[in-house]
Amino acid sequence: MLAVVVLAGLAGLAGAGLLFAAGRLRTDATAQVVNQVDELLPQSQCAQCGYPGCRPYAAAIVAGEAPINRCAPGGDSTIQALSHLLQREALPLDTRFGEHQPAQLALIDEALCIGCARCLEVCPVDAIIGAPRFMHTVLQDACTGCELCLPPCPVDCIDLVPRPPDS
Amino acid sequence: MSAPLSYDPQPPRPAWGVRVEPHKALSMGQGIRIAPLPRQVRVPLDLTAMRVAEAIVAPGDSILTGQVIARFPGPGGNAICAPVTGRVRDIAPCPVPVAGNYQARCISIDTAGEDRWSEDCKPLEPAGSLSRENLQARIARAGIVGLGGALFPTADKLRTRTPVNLLILNGAECEPYITCDEMLMRDRPERVIHGAAIMLRALGARQAVIAVESDMPEARLALKAALAETDEPGIGVAVVTAKYPAGGERQLIELLTGQEVPLGGLPGDLGIVCQNVATAAAVSDLFRQGRPLISRIVTVTGNGIGQPGNFEVRLGTPLRELIAAAGGYAQPDCQLYMGGPMMGIALDSDELPVTEASNCLIVSTPEEMAAPRPEFPCIRCGECSRVCPARLMPQDLLIACMAGDAERQAALQVDACIECGCCDYVCPSQIALTARFVQAKAQQRHWRLDQARAAEARERSDAHARRQAERAAQYADGPKADPASGEQAMKDLMARLGQRDPTDD
Ligand code: SF4
Ligand code: SF4
Ligand code: SF4
Repeated sequence: MLAVVVLAGLAGLAGAGLLFAAGRLRTDATAQVVNQVDELLPQSQCAQCGYPGCRPYAAAIVAGEAPINRCAPGGDSTIQALSHLLQREALPLDTRFGEHQPAQLALIDEALCIGCARCLEVCPVDAIIGAPRFMHTVLQDACTGCELCLPPCPVDCIDLVPRPPDS
Repeated sequence: MSAPLSYDPQPPRPAWGVRVEPHKALSMGQGIRIAPLPRQVRVPLDLTAMRVAEAIVAPGDSILTGQVIARFPGPGGNAICAPVTGRVRDIAPCPVPVAGNYQARCISIDTAGEDRWSEDCKPLEPAGSLSRENLQARIARAGIVGLGGALFPTADKLRTRTPVNLLILNGAECEPYITCDEMLMRDRPERVIHGAAIMLRALGARQAVIAVESDMPEARLALKAALAETDEPGIGVAVVTAKYPAGGERQLIELLTGQEVPLGGLPGDLGIVCQNVATAAAVSDLFRQGRPLISRIVTVTGNGIGQPGNFEVRLGTPLRELIAAAGGYAQPDCQLYMGGPMMGIALDSDELPVTEASNCLIVSTPEEMAAPRPEFPCIRCGECSRVCPARLMPQDLLIACMAGDAERQAALQVDACIECGCCDYVCPSQIALTARFVQAKAQQRHWRLDQARAAEARERSDAHARRQAERAAQYADGPKADPASGEQAMKDLMARLGQRDPTDD
C-alpha cells in the first residue's frame, strides 16, 4: 500500500515538473523567435509599422497578429529575410505604412531651437541631447532617422537630411 | 620555422594559381635607363584615403630635390620628399592612377632643368652604428613606402611590437609584363642586399630571404654573386615556382614557410615581415647615397610603345613624359594600363603622375586588348575554386553576390579575396567574378556599419523604454508598472503618438 502511495506521489511530482517545464520552454522558444525576428528588423524604432518599436512589431509577427510587410525602413530586403526565416510568403511592402527610402538623419537648426525639450522625450534611442531652455542637438551616430522628433517641435527647426555614406 | 634558405631546384608547386603567358622579354632588352628630368611633377598627399599628409610648403616656394615638403600626422614621422628642384605652382586635387577614378590633393612643382639637392641629402654614417629607433626614424623621414603597391610606410612596418624572426624580400614578380623588380635584382643586386641588411637591423631580426621566381635565373645568379662578395650574415635567396599569384604576400609566405597567415591577421602574427625588393634598394640608396625616396623603377611595355624597357623615373612625372622617354607611342589610339593585365587598371589620360605604386605602364594597341567577353551561366565546374589562392568558393560567392546577400558573402569570407583575377582567367563561362567580389568587399563595410548601428539602436531603445517605465512607476498613483517589461512605456508612447491602431488593417 505504502509503495503504491509513494509511486503515485512520485509520478504526480514528475508530471507537475514536466507540465511546468513545457510551459516554460514554450515561452522561451517564442522569446527566441521574437529575438531572431528583431535581429532582422532595421531598428529605426520609427513606429511606422504601427507598433511602438521594432521588438513589439517582432512580437506581433511571431504571434501571427501582423503580416511581415509593414516595415518601410527595412524595405524588400527585410521582407525577404523575414520570409526566409519564418517560411511565410514574401508580400510586397505595404506602402500604407510608408515608402522605403535611403537612410536619413535628423538635424536641429540650432539657431532656431528654443530649448522646449519636447523632441528629447520622443526620441526612441535617446539620440537628442539638451535640457529645457538650452539648445538641443542630435547625436549623428545614434540617430536612426525615425522622424518621431519632427511633429512635436513647435518651431519646426528639425530637418531630415540623407545620411552621408560611410557614417 | 623551416625556411628553405638554400636554392631548392624543385620548389613546391602550389595547387592554386594559374600559368599565364609572361610577356616579360618585351621590356628586358636593356638595363635600367634613367628618364630625363620632368618639366613638372605632381606629388599626391593622400594617395590612400587612410593616410593624408599635410603640405609644409606653399605655392610660390622654391624647393630643392630631396627636401621634405609634406608630413603625415602622427608619431611615425613619415614624410614626403620633393622629387625635383623647382617652384611650387599650386596644391589642388588632381586625378591619380589608382583604382576608382580617384582625385588626390597634389603639390604641383614646376622645374627649371636644374637638379640641386637639399643639404639634408648626405650619405648617412655607417648604418651599423645607428640604433634601431634611429634607423626607423631616418627611413620615415626619407618618405620610403612599400613599392610593391600597398604604399604602407616602411618605417611603420619595421616598428614591430612582436619579435620578428624572418624578413622576406619579395622579388617574386608574378604578374605578366612587369619586370621592374627582376631588372633591379639583375642590375643592382648589391643594393637589394645592403637594404635587406639595414632592414634586418631596424627590425632586430637575424634572418632574411630574398624570394625570386623559378623563371628568373639571371636575377638569382646576380644575387648569389653579390651575396658572395658581401659579409652580411643571415641573408639568403629562395626560389618559388613561377605561377601567378606566387608573389602575393600571403601566397609567398605559404610557399616559403608552409604556414598560412590567419584570416584577418598579419604576417607579423607568424613573426614574419614582408618587404618588396625595390623598397630594400630604396633603403640602401638612402644610407649609401643620402637619396630619399624621389624616384622608382617603372616598366613601360606593350606593343604600343616605341622602346619598351625599365626606367628610373622621378615620382610625380606625368606619364606623357615617361612615354616620350620610352620612344613615344608606336601608333595612335593606344590604351594605357597601370599595373599588370591581371590586377591593373585602365587609365583614361597620359597626364596622370607616376606614383610610388606605379610599377608598370602598359601601352597596348587595340589588337592587344582583350575583347569584351560575353558571360554565360555558371556551369558549376569548380575550376574557379581549384585555382583560388585564398581557397574561396567563387562559384558560391557569385550566387551570394547576385542575390545581394551580405550575410552569406561574409560567411563565404569574401573579405579574404585578394582580387587576383585567377577565377576570371579560368572560368569557361567567362564570368566577371573578381569585379563582383571587389564590389562586394566594399558593400561588406557598409553592411557591417549598418549591423553595428542597428545593434546600438536596439540597446539604446531598450534603455529608453526601461527608463520611461521607471519614471512612469515613480509618478503613477495607480498600480506600479513592471519596469523590466517596458510594456507601460510602450503603451505611453503609443498614446502620445496617437497613431494608427496596429490591429486596424
Ligand atoms: S517600421 Fe520602424 S519600428 Fe517598425 S520594424 Fe521597421 S524600423 Fe522598426
Ligand atoms: S569557373 Fe565559372 S563556370 Fe566554373 S564553377 Fe566557377 S563560376 Fe561557375
Ligand atoms: S575569388 Fe578572389 S582570391 Fe580567389 S581566385 Fe577569384 S579573385 Fe583570386
